[in-house]
Amino acid sequence: MSTTGKVTGIIANLVTVEVNGPVAQNEICYIKLGDTKLMAEVIKVNGKFASVQVYESTRGVKKGNDVEFMGFMLEATLGPGLLSSNYDGLQNNLSTMTGVFLQRGEYTAPIDMDKEWEFSPIAKPGDKVVAADWLGEIKEGWLPHKIMVPFSFKGEYTVKSVNPQGSYKASDTVAVVTDENGEDHNVTMVQKWPVKVAIGGYKEKPRPYRIMETGVRCIDTLNPMAEGGTGFIPGPFGCGKTVLQHAIAKQGEADVIIMAACGERANEVVEIFAEFPELVDARTGRKLSERTTIICNTSNMPVAAREASVYTAMTIGEYYRAMGLKVLLLADSTSRWAQALREMSNRMEELPGADAFPVDLPAIISNFYARAGIVKLNNGSTGSVTFIGTVSPAGGNLKEPVTESTKKAARCFYALNQSRADRKRYPAVDPIDSYSKYLEYPEIAEYLNAKVDPQWVEKVNKAKNYIIRGKEAYEQINILGDDGVPMEYHSRYWKSELIDFIILQQDAFDSIDCSTPMDRQEFMLNKVLEVCEAPVKFEDFEECANFYKGIINVMRQMNYSVYKSAEFEKYLEQLNKTINHDN
Amino acid sequence: MTTKAFQRIYTQLEAITKATVALKAQGVSNDELATVDGRLAQVVKIKGDLVTLQVFSGTEGIPTDSEVIFFGEAPSLHVSEDLAGRFFNAYGDPIDNGPKVDGEKRFIGGPSVNPYRRKQPSQLIPTGIAGIDLNNTLVSGQKIPFFANADQPYNQVMANVALRADVDKIILGGMGLSNDDYLYFKQMFENAGALNKIISFVNTTEQPPVERLLIPDMALTAAEYFAVDKNEKVLVLLTDMTLYADALSIVSNRMDQIPSKDSMPGSLYSDLAKIYEKAVQLPDGGSITIIAVTTLNDGDITHAIPDNTGYITEGQLFLRTDTDTGKVIIDPFRSLSRLKQLVIGKQTREDHGQVMNTGVRLFADAANAKTKLENGFDLSDYDLRCLDYAKDYSNKLLAIDVNITIDQMLDTAWDLFGKYFKPEELSIKQNLVDKYWKGN
Repeated sequence: MSTTGKVTGIIANLVTVEVNGPVAQNEICYIKLGDTKLMAEVIKVNGKFASVQVYESTRGVKKGNDVEFMGFMLEATLGPGLLSSNYDGLQNNLSTMTGVFLQRGEYTAPIDMDKEWEFSPIAKPGDKVVAADWLGEIKEGWLPHKIMVPFSFKGEYTVKSVNPQGSYKASDTVAVVTDENGEDHNVTMVQKWPVKVAIGGYKEKPRPYRIMETGVRCIDTLNPMAEGGTGFIPGPFGCGKTVLQHAIAKQGEADVIIMAACGERANEVVEIFAEFPELVDARTGRKLSERTTIICNTSNMPVAAREASVYTAMTIGEYYRAMGLKVLLLADSTSRWAQALREMSNRMEELPGADAFPVDLPAIISNFYARAGIVKLNNGSTGSVTFIGTVSPAGGNLKEPVTESTKKAARCFYALNQSRADRKRYPAVDPIDSYSKYLEYPEIAEYLNAKVDPQWVEKVNKAKNYIIRGKEAYEQINILGDDGVPMEYHSRYWKSELIDFIILQQDAFDSIDCSTPMDRQEFMLNKVLEVCEAPVKFEDFEECANFYKGIINVMRQMNYSVYKSAEFEKYLEQLNKTINHDN
Repeated sequence: MTTKAFQRIYTQLEAITKATVALKAQGVSNDELATVDGRLAQVVKIKGDLVTLQVFSGTEGIPTDSEVIFFGEAPSLHVSEDLAGRFFNAYGDPIDNGPKVDGEKRFIGGPSVNPYRRKQPSQLIPTGIAGIDLNNTLVSGQKIPFFANADQPYNQVMANVALRADVDKIILGGMGLSNDDYLYFKQMFENAGALNKIISFVNTTEQPPVERLLIPDMALTAAEYFAVDKNEKVLVLLTDMTLYADALSIVSNRMDQIPSKDSMPGSLYSDLAKIYEKAVQLPDGGSITIIAVTTLNDGDITHAIPDNTGYITEGQLFLRTDTDTGKVIIDPFRSLSRLKQLVIGKQTREDHGQVMNTGVRLFADAANAKTKLENGFDLSDYDLRCLDYAKDYSNKLLAIDVNITIDQMLDTAWDLFGKYFKPEELSIKQNLVDKYWKGN
């Protein structure tokens, strides 16, 4: 007999329920409203009263409405068919919903249980297995999708049988495993997992040791993101957060992309719906949509489901990681999730922390970021979840609670700068404030020096140094005037402008410039440094400015040309002439 | 609203604040409407038998023995083609002496469009204003506010934009509109001979502030009727959203909620998003475009209202008086249309994107030169050319009194580039320079 209850109070989407039996924190319940059932989650229990946050509008709910408790937490359904699906924050499939409007209480299945998949066995009868070990494999699009011992299975099991190669429904039993007590358990292609609990089942979680390429120069060259790493992009509105995140999603060197649109604009998600089925992944030649799952809880969808949306996204990411795949998880924006927590904390009349956010906000954020990482699986292969979240700081002020808490949790910081955006210097990532802690990791430096260029990290630091010295020179010029500073200051300033225009700035809407592979980034950085180090002398500052402006113009044309094409080589020749002529 | 037989009537209030009353009542549902002493009110909180109601017109003079009548349902609007050309108050009652509108009853503040059913906005909305069309192109299905100080002519600009836009219906949601501005809109619409495609929901400064909370939902319910049921292109004008947010903070304050930044309710983002996200391009051709006004305190966009708005809307149009030319311009630095990339170079000329960026970058260089000048430094030849360019650019393109086609705007920009600069100073793709360069 499951627990039931009756509604006793309502403030917006916080409902108080008087219960007649045991309830668990975070247990799911349904409020009955005529024929409609509204899904809700227990967030506080006090005596026989449970406070529940409702994932839907509470319009029309009355005192005395019946509530039915389900005995489980909010769970994600994991199995083949997740990729290229479009879900809401509770993993309802948006594409199978009827009608133009989202109807309250309409819940759709995340996975088509009747769809057949071509299964081939991996494990053999007699094998000893534990949770997350691979039993078999199906092809989800072009990706090998492993059928695993369900994560919820505790202890060691012996494989009793695995189905032979063949076509099976997602709901069919494909393997039987026996536990230590001799009891048999059927395994299908689909399993469930509570989203707020991290999926384990791996051997170890080493420090990230290799790079995840994004094709974005100001990230890959200057502040690289590690595979299995964490990063965040804070920025005032209008600084290009979304454009940058979409660029990373399109170009990121990952097997699986999961995008959680958390409390953001619906039209941005529509852009993904419209573009991703058309765009082709350069590395695999397959459509981007085939490797992408979208979890979409836009700003006008129920506030309580925002939190669920990021956890659901992370859980799906961890599921694919356990198959030995590279997952890139993007969440836009974690501030909206924090605001949802604030709304609820406020309605529960909790004592507020800074800016009325709940006091445990830093802990919630750091726990979430900690779920990312590269892992060694039990069978020796690796899988990873790389997480990049955006933060929308109120008033563009980076000293607000969400930004500060995230800064403590994430290892890469891509600060978007309002004045760069005002001057249309996109991506507006501030080259001086931003950092990647991974650049300091010896294992990452070793990887970069081996893969890109033997002195790569040194060169990157050199470029950063030019930028900083250029900024200092610019400030001096502004204080003392063009004539009041030594000639050297002008060339310092223009060298930093060169790096800014050629390496940092990138046209996300140009079909060539939008994505730069690592070998091309290496070539351009070397070229830029060559120009910076060329011993040129100028008579006056106007000559200096014109010299570098000319170079910037030529190198920009190079950025717009196909790498190593005749056009590219023509500009390169022109560039080499300019440098050597003035020598 | 007339009394019906089954309605529950109570006569004992337990508590009264400036915006809310509370009483013991049975069988009341969340969000339902009631009248308190004849004034319209809505249920905002239920705790056991204690029901809290927000009274839209304020609680001045309400006695503790007021008659409270519950209607058993949320606020609604009767929708039909007859809405066109009419003026209503915040409750959807006519204020133009015309008859009541009959039609299907729709609850306001209804569900959201399934994001998967939305279509990508793709139709350019030309306005003739270069600060908008050239630098911050509008697209149907977009939501965008004007950010303006109280002394700027935002309502006039908005009315101009609305009347030039090629749409089937224009719906005005006026919140805290001064009576003068209300009459201005009315006259503008009449003079343009466009009254038959305009519907207005108006709350003026003379009316109680809490009533304003109903205006956007009323306007958008009407908009959804025309866009979804009739597949029409609808433009919704909301002015002034700052006064709407102020009304939200009054109610939240009376309900003892802990305020967040700038004494706004913690839910401000979600409250505003619910309104703005009604902007949509529908699969069957209908669309809702929202142009709003958010007034600023002395240009401060870090205040919670413009700040949250900026995170929700697809850009903003920032009005500012240019000190060099004395004209009101659309500030190219602070303005942005996020959807412009969907139409720039696709429905406009190929050089649009690069001309736009270069034009603004040179304007930024002029701003730097101006700083140098103010600090008493010598200006280089390039600085001087930038300053001259900036004046021309401001006058001929940024000013809000410009009314030309987009091709004319692009040609004007190339004229200015040719007049003041050399091609290599533009950093524009060579093939475009070859084709459009007008200088020597």
